[in-house]
Amino acid sequence: MQTFDLAAEGLRKLNATLHAQTASTNQTSWEIVNPKGSHAIAVGLDAPMEVNVKGSTGYYCAGMNKQATVHVHGSAGPGVAENMMSGTVIIDGDASQYAGATGHGGTLIIKGNASSRCGISMKGIDIIVHGNIGHMSAFMAQSGNLVVCGDAGDALGDSLYEARLFVRGNVKSLGADCIEKEMRPEHIELLTELLARGGCDAKPEEFKRYGSARQLYNFKPDNAY
Amino acid sequence: MARPGSCIISNLTTLTESAQMKDINKSAPRTMPIQSATFSQSINAEIRRAAATGIYDIRGGGAKRKVPHFDDLLFLGASISRYPLEGYRERCDTSVTLGTRYAQNPITLDIPITIAGMSFGALSGPAKEALGRGATAAGTSTTTGDGGMTPEERGHSKKLVYQYLPSRYGMNPDDLRRADAIEVVVGQGAKPGGGGMLLGQKISDRVAEMRNLPKGIDQRSACRHPDWTGPDDLEIKILELREITSWKVPIYIKVGGARPYFDTTLAVKAGADVVVLDGMQGGTAATQDVFIEHVGQPILACIREAVRALQDMGMHREVQLIVSGGIRTGADVAKCMALGADAVAIGTAALIALGDNDPRWEDEYQMLGTTAGAYDDWHEGRDPAGITTQDPDLMARFDPIEGGRRLNNYLKVMTLEAQTIARACGKSHLHNLEPEDLCAVTLEAAAMAKVPLAGTDWWPGKKGDSF
Ligand SMILES: Cc1cc2nc3c(=O)[nH]c(=O)nc-3n(C[C@H](O)[C@H](O)[C@H](O)COP(=O)(O)O)c2cc1C
Repeated sequence: MQTFDLAAEGLRKLNATLHAQTASTNQTSWEIVNPKGSHAIAVGLDAPMEVNVKGSTGYYCAGMNKQATVHVHGSAGPGVAENMMSGTVIIDGDASQYAGATGHGGTLIIKGNASSRCGISMKGIDIIVHGNIGHMSAFMAQSGNLVVCGDAGDALGDSLYEARLFVRGNVKSLGADCIEKEMRPEHIELLTELLARGGCDAKPEEFKRYGSARQLYNFKPDNAY
Repeated sequence: MARPGSCIISNLTTLTESAQMKDINKSAPRTMPIQSATFSQSINAEIRRAAATGIYDIRGGGAKRKVPHFDDLLFLGASISRYPLEGYRERCDTSVTLGTRYAQNPITLDIPITIAGMSFGALSGPAKEALGRGATAAGTSTTTGDGGMTPEERGHSKKLVYQYLPSRYGMNPDDLRRADAIEVVVGQGAKPGGGGMLLGQKISDRVAEMRNLPKGIDQRSACRHPDWTGPDDLEIKILELREITSWKVPIYIKVGGARPYFDTTLAVKAGADVVVLDGMQGGTAATQDVFIEHVGQPILACIREAVRALQDMGMHREVQLIVSGGIRTGADVAKCMALGADAVAIGTAALIALGDNDPRWEDEYQMLGTTAGAYDDWHEGRDPAGITTQDPDLMARFDPIEGGRRLNNYLKVMTLEAQTIARACGKSHLHNLEPEDLCAVTLEAAAMAKVPLAGTDWWPGKKGDSF
């Protein structure tokens, strides 16, 4: 395992070092110490390696991640794993706003709570939150799955497209065009897999599914406001 | 139209009498029918259309109303006190380098006229290819748009700017690293504060796949970014983009002409290498007509304010300024440079050079209820010229090689025109043009461009002068 002291060596060197790893790298395991809430830690990675961040991070940790597993042993600032393409990002603590925003793929696991706009505009990513999520989450979410073991804030799934939302607790309110939908066997099956991937012991039967009513899909006078 | 009351007259009088009265009325002087300037034909038609449909008008293009523009400025040329350069012979350089502030690899262009970002989805793949071909032949850059980067465009553009937009349709780190520059789009001149909409009829399989959305549904582009809100966040977002691309490529920030002084200041503070400023005449693929015509400032009113912001920070020429919105000719280019811009961008004019709105398709424009030059329903995807469409038959009408040749020609002509003017003003580089080379023919233009009204040494708001 390689250890990188962010406070001593700086952000540019960190990301350059991680970017230099390729698919055939032998240095597949990294530990970043002294992150001290820095922004843009481990962004744009593109190799099958594991990066453990020993502490909390600032904005956009693991942004645009591909292939790598980034594990934050602390909390994450806004936009963690934004636009992730593949790989896995795990946050032991809480995540701030816009977690997993516009993510195209991969898995984001938040063991604590997530804030507002979790999964905003998501495009294929799977997000599993052990705790609660804040308001306007999954706004304009296009595809992928958002699993919330706790409660969801106001306006969940506003202007939702084809993303699937599963919430175990209360939903404060649903956003425009987001409705509760029937949990069919295929959804239970999907959720079982997602919960296992997210390391949650919740039972899929305890969740409700929300999705798009598809009433805003074509622009009409009645839905313009 | 029958005169009101004419039937009452025929009831009360004999036939002969009424015939006589009609004769008299025929020869009597009459009031000419006068159309209201307020309730004009086009306004009334719009009221009727709104009443019939219940929906506002969506269209492409830029503001069609007349606003103070570059035509309201004139160059003074050389005289006894200014020494001209020989046309065609003496050197007058046109190159520009963008992104010198932080980027490891700034972009050097042969000409200061770039192709603005226009989305794949709004434009066909072959149209994007033609833009790449023409721009590359002319030694300049082209720009992606909402909907992501296409191989056609990357393949045919030597210098390609990749837009980072609120929708993040098609956004991925590989394309980001394939780009020669990144343009963070905060706003567009046609619709500062507005998002976009690509109607379902233009969503082909390919467009749908690139945007991760089902085929055939309307695709909205958000009006603000999903993961940052203000200038302090933007600074961190730019740090992230630079880290992902290893600080290699320039980062532009594009803003609509709203508050140019403050927007330029904040863009520079957030770490931009280049500020792109788009005035209200700037085209769009589609938005509400009310937005296009009533929000934002004319580009003429924006340039000096943006330059002032750069100068106040000591950043003029350190952070480059690209301006756009209704640029058509080499004279427009030269005027932008004289007002302090480093380069310009063109959208609409490039499409016209490719063949958009060409009178050769007049019969088909008529069938669509419009006429060549006025066609702006690009979002409906039925473009007779095959440029703003995803319909395979219409697309096949457009030849990207010929389109590229035409665009290259047009860019060359604009450059020659701008050089002609610069030489006449005694300038050996387009960048040496300056406000002192200009005067204005209207008070409005004098005030906005801060150059003297023709025949005076004064403009409204000039320091040390009172009205
Ligand atoms: C068909 C079309 C599509 C456009 N798409 C985009 C876009 O995706 N992103 C963007 O920032 N601007 C877009 N624009 C605006 C242009 O980048 C540019 O700001 C504008 O066209 C400049 O003004 P001009 O058309 O008068 O030259 C588009 C413009 C047109 C005409």
